[in-house]
Order: sequence, then C-alpha cells, then structure tokens
Amino acid sequence: MTTKSPGKIHVTTTINGQEHELLVPPYMSLLDTLRELIGLTGTKEGCLDGNCGACTVSVDGRIVDSCLVLGAEVNGKNVDTVEGMATAEGLHPLQQAFLEEAALQCGICTPGFLVAAKGLLDNEPSPTEGRIRHWLAGNLCRCTGYDKIVRAVQKASS
Amino acid sequence: MVATFEPKTDYKVVGTRPIRHDGYDKVTGRAIYGGDMKLPGLIWGVCVRSPHAHANIKSIDTSAAAAMDGVFAVLTGADMPKAESKLVDLGEGNINFKWASNKLMADNKVLYKGHPVAAIAAVDRYTAEEAARLVKVEYEVLKSITNVVDALKPDAPILLPDLVGDDLGEDVTNTNMAAHVRHEFGDVEGAFAAAAHTIEREYNMQMVHQGYIEPHNATATWDEEDRIKIWTSTQGAFPARTQIAGILQVNVSQVKVTPLEIGGGFGGKIPVYFEPLAALLSKKSGRPVKMVMERTAVFETTGPTPGARMIIKLGADVDGKLTAATADIWFEAGANPGAFIGPAAMCVYAPYEIANTRIDGWDILVNKPKVAPYRAPGSPQVAFAMESAVDELCEEAGWDSLKFRIDNASKAGTRRGDGVLFSKIGMEEVLEATKESAHWNAPLGDAPAGKKRGRGIANGYWFNIGLKSSANLALNSDGTVQLTEGSTDIGGSRTSMAMHVAEVLGIGAHDVRPTVGDTESVGYTDVTGGSRTTYATGYACWIAANNLVEVLKDRVAVLWDINKDDVDFKDGVFSSKAEAQKTIGFKELAGKLGDLGGPANSTGSVDLESAGDGFGLHIADVEIDVETGKTDIIRYTAIQDVGTAIHPSYVEGQLQGGAVQGIGWALNEEYFMTDDGTMANSSFLDYRMPTSLDLPLIETVLVEVPNPLHPYGVRGVGETPICPPIPAIANAIKDAIGTRLYNTPMNAGSILEALK
Amino acid sequence: MHPFAYVAPTTVAEAVAVLTEHGDRARPLAGGTDLLVKARANAWELDAVIDIKNIPELMTLSVNGDGLSIGAGVPCYQVYDNSDVVAQYPGIVDGASIIGGIQVQSRAGLGGNLCNAAPSGDGIPALIAHSAVAHIANSSGTREVAVEDFCTGPSRTVLEAGDLLVSIEVPKPAANSGAAYTRFIPRNEMDIAVAGVGVYVVLDDSGQNFVSGRIALASVGPTPILASEAGDSLAGKPVNDETIAVAAALAKNAATPITDMRGTVDQRKQLVEVLTGRMINKAVERARG
Repeated sequence: MTTKSPGKIHVTTTINGQEHELLVPPYMSLLDTLRELIGLTGTKEGCLDGNCGACTVSVDGRIVDSCLVLGAEVNGKNVDTVEGMATAEGLHPLQQAFLEEAALQCGICTPGFLVAAKGLLDNEPSPTEGRIRHWLAGNLCRCTGYDKIVRAVQKASS
Repeated sequence: MVATFEPKTDYKVVGTRPIRHDGYDKVTGRAIYGGDMKLPGLIWGVCVRSPHAHANIKSIDTSAAAAMDGVFAVLTGADMPKAESKLVDLGEGNINFKWASNKLMADNKVLYKGHPVAAIAAVDRYTAEEAARLVKVEYEVLKSITNVVDALKPDAPILLPDLVGDDLGEDVTNTNMAAHVRHEFGDVEGAFAAAAHTIEREYNMQMVHQGYIEPHNATATWDEEDRIKIWTSTQGAFPARTQIAGILQVNVSQVKVTPLEIGGGFGGKIPVYFEPLAALLSKKSGRPVKMVMERTAVFETTGPTPGARMIIKLGADVDGKLTAATADIWFEAGANPGAFIGPAAMCVYAPYEIANTRIDGWDILVNKPKVAPYRAPGSPQVAFAMESAVDELCEEAGWDSLKFRIDNASKAGTRRGDGVLFSKIGMEEVLEATKESAHWNAPLGDAPAGKKRGRGIANGYWFNIGLKSSANLALNSDGTVQLTEGSTDIGGSRTSMAMHVAEVLGIGAHDVRPTVGDTESVGYTDVTGGSRTTYATGYACWIAANNLVEVLKDRVAVLWDINKDDVDFKDGVFSSKAEAQKTIGFKELAGKLGDLGGPANSTGSVDLESAGDGFGLHIADVEIDVETGKTDIIRYTAIQDVGTAIHPSYVEGQLQGGAVQGIGWALNEEYFMTDDGTMANSSFLDYRMPTSLDLPLIETVLVEVPNPLHPYGVRGVGETPICPPIPAIANAIKDAIGTRLYNTPMNAGSILEALK
Repeated sequence: MHPFAYVAPTTVAEAVAVLTEHGDRARPLAGGTDLLVKARANAWELDAVIDIKNIPELMTLSVNGDGLSIGAGVPCYQVYDNSDVVAQYPGIVDGASIIGGIQVQSRAGLGGNLCNAAPSGDGIPALIAHSAVAHIANSSGTREVAVEDFCTGPSRTVLEAGDLLVSIEVPKPAANSGAAYTRFIPRNEMDIAVAGVGVYVVLDDSGQNFVSGRIALASVGPTPILASEAGDSLAGKPVNDETIAVAAALAKNAATPITDMRGTVDQRKQLVEVLTGRMINKAVERARG
C-alpha cells in the first residue's frame, strides 16, 4: 500500500446500471466524478457542505450527499442518479407526479428531491405527510414552499 | 404604451394547468443550468477574496500563483477596464458601472468581506483553488461599519471617499449617506394634532439573503474579433449584457449572452458577478473559462436585501379612520449605493387610504455586500413596520384589525404615499375574501400543555412593473408554433407565454413550443423580476400571436381569393364573412402555406409604463413553546389578487414560495455579523431557511380582479406574497404570548427574552 | 482543498501505520460529513485520508450480553435501523436519528461524531450518559478512554498521532433503566444544537424511585459535559417534579455556554434546565416500559 502516490484511483462502479471504469483524483468528490468525469450533470451542486441536498444520489440503495462522498469511495458500489429514474417505458411515477403537481419552479433542487423521495418510497410505499416532510428535510427548496413537492410525493405513493 | 382591456372570460387555455414544457428536461436531469456548461478546452476560474470587511490593499503578489503548473491566467483590480461613473436603469434597480466594476474586483480598497482582490484561471477547479491560496495580499485593516446608525456617526470611517451623497437634492461629501428622499402630502402635523389615537414605534431588521439553491456561475469566451460570449444563469440576458458591456467597456453588440436554465434568483441574479471576470480571464488565457461560486461567497458577496431601521407613526380618528402617517426608513445599501428606498416609499402605506403622510428614506453604505433585489425589494421591510404598527394601534384603541383594514383599504383613486393615484386594484376584494376564507372562519384550537397559540394577519403590496419585452413566432407546417421569448424562466413562465399564444391562436398549450432566446435571437427584454414577466412578456406574446393571425388572414385571402378584411378568425378557425360555411382550421392552413407565400412569422414587443398593483393578505397561526421560545407555524393561508391566473398551479406556487421565504425571514434568517464585519453564519447550516419539516401545507386563495392593462387581466403575482408573512407572524406571536417583537428575526431567543 | 491521497486499508494495523506515518496530516475517513467539509474549507490541510470502511471491526454493530459495540465507521442509520439497539438504547438512537438529514445519516456515524469533538455533537451526550467507553488502537496496542473524557476541547480529543478509534463500547443497560436525548434547534431538523441533554436513569423495582442517574450536556461548554452533580442528585430520590427540578437546576449550573450566532448564555442555560426536565421524564417513562 502506498500513501505518497498523488496518482489517480482506479474505480470500477455501476452508475444507473451501467458499469464504468474510471481514474478518479483521490480528492475528487462523487459529485464532481459524476458531473465532470462522466458528464452526468443532472446531479446539482448547491452548497458543497451537505446542507442543501441538491447533490443527492443513491449509493447501494442509501441516499447520500454526493458532495460529501469521494469518487474513490464508490469502487464496487451501485450509484443511482436522477438520470437513471426514467426508463424506456417512461417517467418514474415521482417524476410524473412532480410534473402534474407543479412541484418544481426553478428545478435546481428537483433531481435531489426526486432521488431522495425515491429512496423513501422504495422502502416505505405509503408514508404519511409528516414522514415525507421528515425524510425530505435534508433537501432545501427555496421556490415552492414545499407544498406541491409534498403533494407530489403523496400522489406517487401508495 | 398604455391600452386598457375588458378582459374576456370564456377561455380555452388560460386558467388551465398544462404540464410545463421544460418540465420533462427538469425532472430527468437533462436540463442544462449555468453550472452544467461545458466547452472544448474549458478551464476554471476562481476568486481570491478579502478576509477583511474594510481594508486598504497595500500590495498584491500573484507571482507564485501565476507560476503554478496548470495556471493559465491571473487577474487583479489593475486589469479591470476603468468604467465611468454613470447610472443605468436595470428595471428593478439601477447600476453605476464604476461601482459595479469595483464590487466585482477591488481596486485599492476592499469594502466587504469576500470582496474579490484577484481571480485565477487554471486547468481545473481544484488547481485554481490551490493557486488562489498562493496569492499574497497585504492589507491595512480599517474599522468596519455594520449598521446604519454607526454609518451616520460623525467619526464613522467613510467607505467611498469620492461618493457625493444626495440629501434632498443637496450634494453632500465625506459621507456614508448616498441618498435621502422625501415624499409628503396633506397636513401631516395638523392631522396628528387632531388624531384621537396615535402610535409611534421603531423596528429593526437584519439583512437576509435570497437563498437560491443554485450558486452564481458564468462561462465565457473572448474571441479573436473581440466578441464575448457568455453562458450564465441570469434573470435577464439583456440586462446582463448591458452590465457586462458597461463593466468591460465594450459595445453591447460585442457581447452575446445565452441564458441557460437558472436555479432560482428572486432578484439576486439580476446583478452580474462572475460574467465580466470570466470574460477577462478568457481574454488573458485564450481559453473558455467557467466559474461557479462557493456557497460561502454567495452569502458573503452577493444578494442580500437591506437590513433596516424604521420608525413608523400613525394617527387615527375616533371612528378608526387612519388620518396621518409618517415613516422614517434607513436601509443598508451594502458597499455601494442603491438600497431600494424608492420602492419602500411606494409600498409603505399602499394598502391604506391616508390623507396626510410623509416618508423620509435614507440609503446608507455599510461594510456588507452590496444589496440586490429580493422579491419586492424594500416592501417586506416596510410591511413589517407598518402592519405591526397598524395592529398595535388597533390593540390600543380596541378595534378589530381586519375591520380596520377593510375600513381603511385603498381603492381606485387612493393616493399612494409617493403621490401616485391607484387605478383598478383588488385590496377590498382581498379583504372580503379573507373574511370568507376557511382559515379565517376556523377556530385557532387549544394549544397543548406548555404551548400558546396565536393568529395574525397582515397586508402586503407590490406595485409590479411593465417595461420592455419581445417575442417571436414561427408557424410550423404541422400547425404548431415556435415561440422565442426574451424572459428567462425561473418558475414555469415559458408555459404561461405559450398559453398566451395558444389562447389567441385557438390551439393547445402544447402546440406552442416556447424557447427562451439569447441576446441574438430575440428582441430586447427586461429582467425576469418586478413581477413583470407574465404580464409584460405575456403581453408581447399576445401581440405576436395577433400579428400572426394578421399574417395568416393574408394567406387565407389568397387561398379563397377574397379581401383580407373579409376574413374572420375565432377559436382557431378562419372563416369568410361573406360565406359563413367557408372555413379553414388553423392547423390545416399551416399545412398549405407552402403554396400561399411560404413561412409565416410574426413578432411582438411592448414597453409598458405601468402594470397593475398587487395586493395580498396572509393569515398565520403560530404555536409557541413558552419554555424554549420555539415557534411553529401550524396553519397558513395566502390570499391575493392575481388579476387572472394564466396557469393557476404556478400562481399558487408563487404565493406559497413567497410566503415561505417570508416565514424564514420572520423566524430565523439573518446575517449574523461580528464586529469586524464577518457574517458568522454563511452556510445553509446556520443560515436557517425553512425545511419541509418546518411548515404546514400553505393554503392559497386566488382572488381574480382582472387587470384592465392586460388583454387577459394578468397582474404580476411573484413579489407581493413575501410582504405579509413577517408582520402576520409578528401579529400572531403577539396574539399568542401577549408581547410584541419589533426586530427580526423573531427567533426562539428573542421570544424567550420577551417572555421574561 | 489541498490535494490528498486516498487509501483504503482492510486492517486496523494498516490504518494505524498510515496514520503514524502522516501524523496530523492524515485523517480517518468514515462518513466524510465533517472531514470533507473541513478539508474543503482548508481548516484541515491533509496529505492523506484513510477510508476505514473496509476494516471489518470498524464496521461492526453488535448487541450482546455485554452490551452494545459500535464500530467507529458504523453510520447512524444502522444504529436506528437495528431493532435491538432501538429496544435497549433508545437514548443513543435519539442522538443518531438527528445528526444531519437522512443523507448525512447514511454516512455519518457516532464514531465520527465523537472524533469530530464538536461541543454540539448530538451523538455524544447519550454515550456519556450510558458510561460508554472508546476503544483506541495505535502501533503499540490498544487503550480505553471513557467517552466523557474523550473530547478535550472544540475539535480536540485525546487521540494522538497514530491513534485510531476502533469502537465505542456501551455497557448493557441496568434493569429498570431508561435513556433519552434531545436538543433544541431553531428548525426541526438540519441544525446544530443550541443546547442538548442526554439522560440515563435507573429506577428501583417499583419504578417510583431513582437508583442512579447520569446527565450529559451538549453545546453548553467547550466539550460535551458530564453533569455529575445533576445526575448524582437523582440517586435514592423519589420520582417526582421536585427531584427532577433539582436535577434540572444542577444541570443548568453545570452548563458553561458562550453567546454566539446560535444562542445566548441565558438562553442556553434556560434550555438546559428545560430539556433536562423533559429528558428525565422521558427516560423515566422508558424505564417504566
């Protein structure tokens, strides 16, 4: 094991179901790995300190702030981003509900909310309003006042 | 241009809720926001920022940074073009290019913490940040001014030695006071002398930030023929172009601004920050340069809305009629002049008819970031003071505060505090809707043990603006229409524009494909701000659509070999006035244009002097833990005259979003400044914007009093809803705990103090 | 952010070797929710980060007859998703459930919370109240430090160059015991404690009298504080408002807060008294089952 190497880290990771082999600078965040190395810019940068949730992605089924994960850490893991939510069959029910309920205004927080909400509904298909609000407290939205976001998640649940 | 309409009511598209056109890209991550921009050979720029709020720069040594591997260009104040001192109107606020330039990059003095002193472009962001740490700056630290009272003291350090202040028309030098304005009418002193009830109170508010989630960003190229291309998140591509050209001292035609998707602005993305710096770094490096602002810098160097000190005095007669009012308003401008005291004066008394009033406003420099518009800039501050004072006056006189607001409501013909007469407005209708609302008629309910509940109401007002907008239409052979319009879309406005066009043409909302144009694909359009977008750009779209109908009538005349004047158009069908059975649908006609003269295009533009005022009222129910001072909002309703709601979902969204920003401002948000001018809470962790868990559902009541200045009766809706929440919550807290708070934020600590 | 190397050892010995080599220019990386923020803000200039999440004993959470063992890299969600931990250590679960939002709880853990040594660390008071012990490894062996002695100042701990926190060991709760933690924050989540109080109480078989108690405080001193007098005052006293009020007042006296952007001295002291009373009542309720 070398510790002096300034070199890049060889990472094999599955992103939205597709395997990627990457050379990642050791200090590069998962957020930048997705955005800069792979070109998946759907995951957004908001604060770089884990307080806004705009960069939320799922790693092995758990939602995380990708600004607080190193790209090197996802070696051998499954990463899911907003770009992986829709399939050839169409939008994920949450995406459809966000559109129908007008749950986005500027839309910059939307990818993070969608990935976070999917993380909830995948495990708890029928959460209460309170549970939805609690689960999404790590995602800031400054446009909507959350009303229509909560309604959209409710619509996509059950 | 002033036209009046008797808006129609039998709409096919207006008032429906189609899925927004840009929605699919935004829920799938495909939408390209400013920060997502990529170009071949792109490099990254960062700023070196001052750790001091007020200091003279003695020296800057960038040599170590410039020598670092991977660094392409280094920029300091010495590289900034020398802009002239000249005031330019940006629609919602003015700009002086000299000061705007100095705000982006310090010359020989830093005026706020985080003030850029150098910028570096390097192969990637990490390298640029490392290089930035190698820049050595020597400072002579000066005493910082962090509030308006200290700024006006005789021994206060002067921020801008060359500032000439305007004190009611007199020039003043060696001052931190940029302007003092006054509006006065009636016999104020006489009215107060005759008043049966008077009240005078002082209110203080800390600066707050717009809090958009997307940081500022810009990508620029400066090419061989001195053409500058900018891709950015902006609230107005054209006003951005004006600023960039002014700061860089080039012609506007040398600058092309392409607005990418924008992640919130609320006024804060009207000013440019990185665009000119990225352009200069591109010029120096010969490479495209991208900059994305770190969150701390967003708080420390962009946005905020003014902190304020305000003294309000009200007088009323025995019957509860307001007879006199004065307002003294000191606003923090930050490091350059321009603190929105004009809008504050326009708004302070607007919901009330008062015969005798005076307003004095002062625009004061402090060592904080230069303020930027924030959703009804200046109005939430004065609403907090005025609506709190109104409630306290009612408490002292024993009047019902809703009845008082009804009895004193502004109406057509009421004179606003700055002298303007109202035309058709909906304040009275809003108050009537309040009386009938479910929330107002529901009991507050009993508080659990250890808690107290209260209910408060407050009015809010924004005058809304019109200004310039442009739109282009092109008809496709399948009967769909391409719309290119100039307003950047922050909250679904593209779809409202398309709906204007669809309503005129008798086609579906999704038969119109709207695009936000760059500065070379559509005519000049002012900012997305001032609650003007749906009103003014929608109006331009309506004109463009009507012009397209005229173009098509020509083609129908050719088709049927009749006179154009004999062609009628209604609900998407052209018909012959002479032979009623002779008709052709809009889409069918579109398919025949190849034989009828070719492409059918049209354009529309407006320059609207006035806009139709926006009034609202909010009801807030709070529950307060008397042991901890914690306030929870347990029910909340926003009621507003929206004229005509084009897309009701997004109108509701404006009311809800504005209400929640106001709730955050009321309860927790503030620039917590240390004495040395540092914002101690410059992160989303400690700048406490509401989360989903801090709020109930936000109920809305859309009151529709169609605006006669718009063909469909639209009034701007975006800004009014941030005005009532702060006083509504102040009034609710008073109702709950029996003590009134006069300063924001009204946080747990202040409530505990009040309960002592 | 200073560019650093990334290493992912699979044994404690390897991790300790890297830590020893780099001294304070290397840090263990567990959840990264403090480390990466500090590195990015240049508060820490690091040459290497040592991802500890591939070291099995640092990722183990186990409940057995001896008590609870929390590996230093175990994230919060595994603590509150574990039904045995929820049943036996609800006070620790209270803390683990409110560190950041769900995203942060996927990564951040009690070990990192302890090593970060923020006075406001929400995970720490309940550990102190439970008399938890930190197990530390270095190149010369292992040692144990009581959690209440672990933090020595804001962002400072007993860890020296080459030391690695391996696990936090929590004794098995006594019969008729209960614990609880809460904090006051201006919002309802995603906030730093203005004040926090963790309580562990043991009742007698009747459930009407305290046998013993331990009370620990957050955000009211340079480190999390064990309010010994407050906890000790409960011993042998009947469970009633007066007993609880006395303990709450003593807890308030133990608090030595400062005034900053998050709260004032007076506010924080009052909150300690209020929250102590509330948490003793909650712990009693839990002790009575």
